[in-house]
Amino acid sequence: MFLYSLTLQQATGVVCAINGSFSGGKSQEIVVARGKSLDLLRPDDAGKLQTLLSVDAFASIRSLAHFRLTGANKDYIVVGSDSGRIVILEYNKEKNTFEKIHQETFGKSGCRRIVPGQYLAIDPKGRAVMIGACEKQKLVYVLNRDTSARLTISSPLEANKSHTVTYSIAGVDCGFDNPIFAAIELDYSEADQDSTGQAANEAQKHLTFYELDLGLNHVSRKWSEQVDNAANMLVTVPGGGDGPSGVLVCAENFVIYKNQGHPDVRAVIPRRPDLPATRGVLIVSAAMHKQKSMFFFLLQTEYGDIFKVTLDHDNDRVSELRIKYFDTIPVTSALCVLKSGFLFAASEFGNHALYQFQAIGDDPDVESSSSTLMETDEGFQPVFFQPRGLKNLVRIDQVDSLMPIMDMKVTNLFEEETPQIFTLCGQGPRSSLRILRPGLAISEMAVSQLPGVPSAVWTVKKNVNDEFDAYIVVSFANATLVLSIGETVEEVSDSGFLDTTPSLAVSLIGDDSLMQVHPSGIRHIREDGRINEWRTPGKRTIVKVGSNRLQVVIALSGGELIYFEVDMTGQLMEVDKHEMSGDVACLDIAPVPEGRQRSRFLAVGSYDNTIRILSLDPDDCMQILSLQSVSSPPESLLFLEVQASIGGEDGADHPASLFLNSGLQSGVLFRTVVDMVTGQLSDARSRFLGLRAPKLFSVMVRGRRAMLCLSSRPWLGYIHQGQFLLTPLSYETLEYAASFSSDQCAEGVVSVAGDALRVFTIERLGETFNETAIPLRYTPRKFVLQPKRKLLVIIESDQGAFSAEEREAARKECFEAAGMGENGKVEQMENGGDDEDKDDPLSDEQYGYPKTESDKWASCIRVLDPKTTETTCLLELQDNEAAFSICTVNFHDKEYGTLLAVGTAKSLQFWPKRSFSAGYIHIYRFLKDGRSLELLHKTPVDGIPLALCQFQGRLLAGIGPVLRLYDLGKKRLLRKCENKLFPNTITTIHTYRDRIYVGDIQESFHYCKYRRDENQLYIFADDSVPRWLTAAYHIDFDTMAGADKFGNIYFVRLPQDVSDEIEEDPTGGKIKWEQGRLNGAPNKVDEIVQFHVGDVVTCLQKAALIPGGGECIIYGTVMGSLGALLAFTSRDDVDFFAHLEMHMRQEHPPLCGRDHMAFRSAYFPVKDVIDGDLCEQFPTLPLDLQRKIADELDRTPAEILKKLEEVRNKIV
Amino acid sequence: MQASDRFNINSQLEHLQAKYVGTGHADLNRFEWAVNIQRDSYASYVGHYPVLAYFALAENESIGRERYNFMQIVGDGGQTKSGCGDGFGHNFLVFDGTVA
Repeated sequence: MFLYSLTLQQATGVVCAINGSFSGGKSQEIVVARGKSLDLLRPDDAGKLQTLLSVDAFASIRSLAHFRLTGANKDYIVVGSDSGRIVILEYNKEKNTFEKIHQETFGKSGCRRIVPGQYLAIDPKGRAVMIGACEKQKLVYVLNRDTSARLTISSPLEANKSHTVTYSIAGVDCGFDNPIFAAIELDYSEADQDSTGQAANEAQKHLTFYELDLGLNHVSRKWSEQVDNAANMLVTVPGGGDGPSGVLVCAENFVIYKNQGHPDVRAVIPRRPDLPATRGVLIVSAAMHKQKSMFFFLLQTEYGDIFKVTLDHDNDRVSELRIKYFDTIPVTSALCVLKSGFLFAASEFGNHALYQFQAIGDDPDVESSSSTLMETDEGFQPVFFQPRGLKNLVRIDQVDSLMPIMDMKVTNLFEEETPQIFTLCGQGPRSSLRILRPGLAISEMAVSQLPGVPSAVWTVKKNVNDEFDAYIVVSFANATLVLSIGETVEEVSDSGFLDTTPSLAVSLIGDDSLMQVHPSGIRHIREDGRINEWRTPGKRTIVKVGSNRLQVVIALSGGELIYFEVDMTGQLMEVDKHEMSGDVACLDIAPVPEGRQRSRFLAVGSYDNTIRILSLDPDDCMQILSLQSVSSPPESLLFLEVQASIGGEDGADHPASLFLNSGLQSGVLFRTVVDMVTGQLSDARSRFLGLRAPKLFSVMVRGRRAMLCLSSRPWLGYIHQGQFLLTPLSYETLEYAASFSSDQCAEGVVSVAGDALRVFTIERLGETFNETAIPLRYTPRKFVLQPKRKLLVIIESDQGAFSAEEREAARKECFEAAGMGENGKVEQMENGGDDEDKDDPLSDEQYGYPKTESDKWASCIRVLDPKTTETTCLLELQDNEAAFSICTVNFHDKEYGTLLAVGTAKSLQFWPKRSFSAGYIHIYRFLKDGRSLELLHKTPVDGIPLALCQFQGRLLAGIGPVLRLYDLGKKRLLRKCENKLFPNTITTIHTYRDRIYVGDIQESFHYCKYRRDENQLYIFADDSVPRWLTAAYHIDFDTMAGADKFGNIYFVRLPQDVSDEIEEDPTGGKIKWEQGRLNGAPNKVDEIVQFHVGDVVTCLQKAALIPGGGECIIYGTVMGSLGALLAFTSRDDVDFFAHLEMHMRQEHPPLCGRDHMAFRSAYFPVKDVIDGDLCEQFPTLPLDLQRKIADELDRTPAEILKKLEEVRNKIV
Repeated sequence: MQASDRFNINSQLEHLQAKYVGTGHADLNRFEWAVNIQRDSYASYVGHYPVLAYFALAENESIGRERYNFMQIVGDGGQTKSGCGDGFGHNFLVFDGTVA
């Protein structure tokens, strides 16, 4: 089996982010690392974050930094990854790419303890960069310019110290003196000699300054001083005239200002009053903002509270450090303060946000200061504050993030054309169920009813130079309605259009006149109101029209074509006629090329399954230039011109080209390239769009021409980052459409469907999925479907959280104390912060749940109707019970029908050792047509039931290392059979016929059999590799797919002969099992597929995402990405893609210097999987390189692109 | 050092031990071995962000707090962290809420 791996949705979580001016000048951009990809974002004028570029780097990116050489106006990006290399990137605005300026190897690849890459620090003046490892190694590179102003990098200077752990590093701003780097370090050499732990207790963290002597080209330890043992982060303080220099040391509960030769200035971080006394407050992300006259820091705690830190200083003496409460937003992994007054908050889990500063926290608020720091016998006096609503920030945009995907199911619950992907996302109060549909999201601007059922709609401008459209013209079966666009859209009768007849086409002709084509003629409305009518000869009627701004071709019934042109005086003049052999099915004229008089090409589709290209040149007017036969009669034609591009923000560089698109009656979209000179057609591609013949329309998207195809659902064909994408829109079936531009809506589409006129815009181009989110209460764990009733049952649990009642009580108290009315607030609580809009002053989504002891749990079981997004039943578990597994089960006796089994644990704690007070299996009965649950009984078990599964009318439960079979009793579950021989803990169970596939938490799969006659469960095969399973899926009788904690996906298969032997053996291999082999099962499964995803996969499922598409394995990951593995069906394809991948590896090494093959084989050698993400980077290569690879493969670049498109279209 | 010493197995080992932290030796005791494994594991968790996020989810902590906790363990080899007990707590901590 060979698989093609393709990432459908890039990771949406953010590891780290930096902001700067990467394209140069005044623009402000953000670079975010999303695990293995690097994105460039920019807030647009409307305050929406736009992704300008996204590059898959095939490495695990761990740190980012940016620097600017003195006097330059552009920032460079430094990337620390697992490649054992330091990489400096520059953003090339013209080509819209990251360019690798430098790549220096310093060590082994992989995330190792002593190989640098974990930390990066920059000298604030951009003269040096330090890259550090968790332990021992730190390297300093000197950055400089050569004579032609190019960036140079020195060989590395070592600042190593063995037996030393590094917690954080930062550059110290000391103006133009020698660069200094600060590091929090701990020397463990003594502790390691002492196994009693005494020395380890006494080990002390130090703050060390490393000075780079630019003259001697040498790094030395300049200064080292003890620092708080809970220190975790350093923040650079401006220096060299702008501030006092030095660093802020963030430690648990404290922020300390430190500098060489300066006494410590310490202030306590204010605490929330509801925080247990045992918990500290830790700073997890920081940002510094510097203006000419002042600077301040924003530090965010692990609970989401942001504090503004300011320093009172007199030159380089700091007299006071103030920490003032600023605002509370969800916990971030990175904060970026943009010079344009925005704050980008990259959330750890859940959606990211862009905030605008309303104020910078100058108003009085709770403040802790170094001067008021009180030391008592028990330590420092804490300062308390109560979180409040946003005062200084206002959220203006959100970027959806699926991180983390906890569970996923692909199914067509809504009976739409394509299945939906149901994902459980998020953590704690920000959890949600997200329903993903392949396609672009649209936002509907207006829907209005029309007096009849319209057949077509157009928009026209009055003048070619107008920015906005003037009229919307709607055609009915026997009338035409004209609507004028202004402040409001209203019907007008003075437009000059004939309203007693249907229309075939309405457009702007020449510079400023309008044309209406109706069945009996052409009406030409001049700007001054004069009307010219051209009537059809005899009783013939016009059936089809094709036009551009200067040319019109009509087809009369019977097959005659008449060609008109606009002459110099603006008159429409008949130029030529041509008789076709039969009726014309459709026509289109290419748009007039820039600076030309006319377009040369007319495309005519006929009912004899052909498309002809006719010339419109005066020399060979109406000559057939080329002919293309198609599989069924064409219904609609559209020329789409792609302008030449040399890259830039909208794409890779490519020459101008003209595409002819045709929608065939079979529902296929047929696309060919038209030679701009000869009119020859080549490179045909076809794609099935839906059950109806696609109608094609030209619309504007981001200022460029795009194609809207209306089949049984609408599709949009557009160019995004240099690639042509054809993506469905998540909208209902439309009849006819036109682009629409007005004051309120610059780039919209007006369409008709049924008897309504709809105006909508298309959002967030480039995305594969659009989502609908339904908020949940706690971190979701798993869910099951009730396909018949179309309901979902979800289990949610949170550790260290108060249950709903306790929270409610605490909140009441809090409001009473604050003297606020509680009207409406408690109700809000009941919804678990379900409300997106934050009227609630203390919404959990924004502030998080209050923390409590780690043995406290809050958990619930929810029945949800995804269609109405309504929770029909919510059972909150009592007494610190938390649900971990769920399944539906039909027991033998059909008394209750389908039941729900939920495995729970009580007072579970992980530290210091795993402990719990009890485990239970709850059995629930469905009531009210499955919309409600009733507890039948609760069976105590001796472990935590982490896996449940129905098996032959009984319930299989994995309870710790025991696999047990239960039957339903009146008062409790009854044990029937068990096997205690599993190595660690059972986490997954799948069954098929009499086989049971058990996944162990550390030891991969075990294949078991149940013998009914002997009532025995035994293991007949297992895996030889220890795999820390995180997800499993049953593929076929002998094959399982699994994913491990280290980011690998693998398939194992029982060899055919072993499988046959076991099936034929009357004892089913039992005798062999009894003998055993080296404490394992007698047979071993073979690993047949292995692939490193680079992200923890949490769910796997086999599904087809498109009707008629291939079944593939879909997976979801912690970082919020979705991917697919598609099995190849032919050997030729395997050879082709294997070679393409090989050439891509050679010619296009990944961005961050990680070897592609090594990355995909990070833990085990990659086996039989071709990386589609790498292959899909082919179009981003320079043209000559594309041609070179294509030559090696004996193909043309276009054929390769076609192949890539084909395989992608099989998946999504 | 004599020329022959350079090829001596002991001097090669010493070189390796100096260069690659964690290279074992013949007299390695259980404690040293365990501490070394701890450091390797936790440094790896801190390096792999998705794994860190996975732990953070299991414990319902922020990723930043989880990183801090893990780095503290890298520092002391898992000896003093009050929450870490036998020093192997995390190695076997898994996502769905159990420890083997």
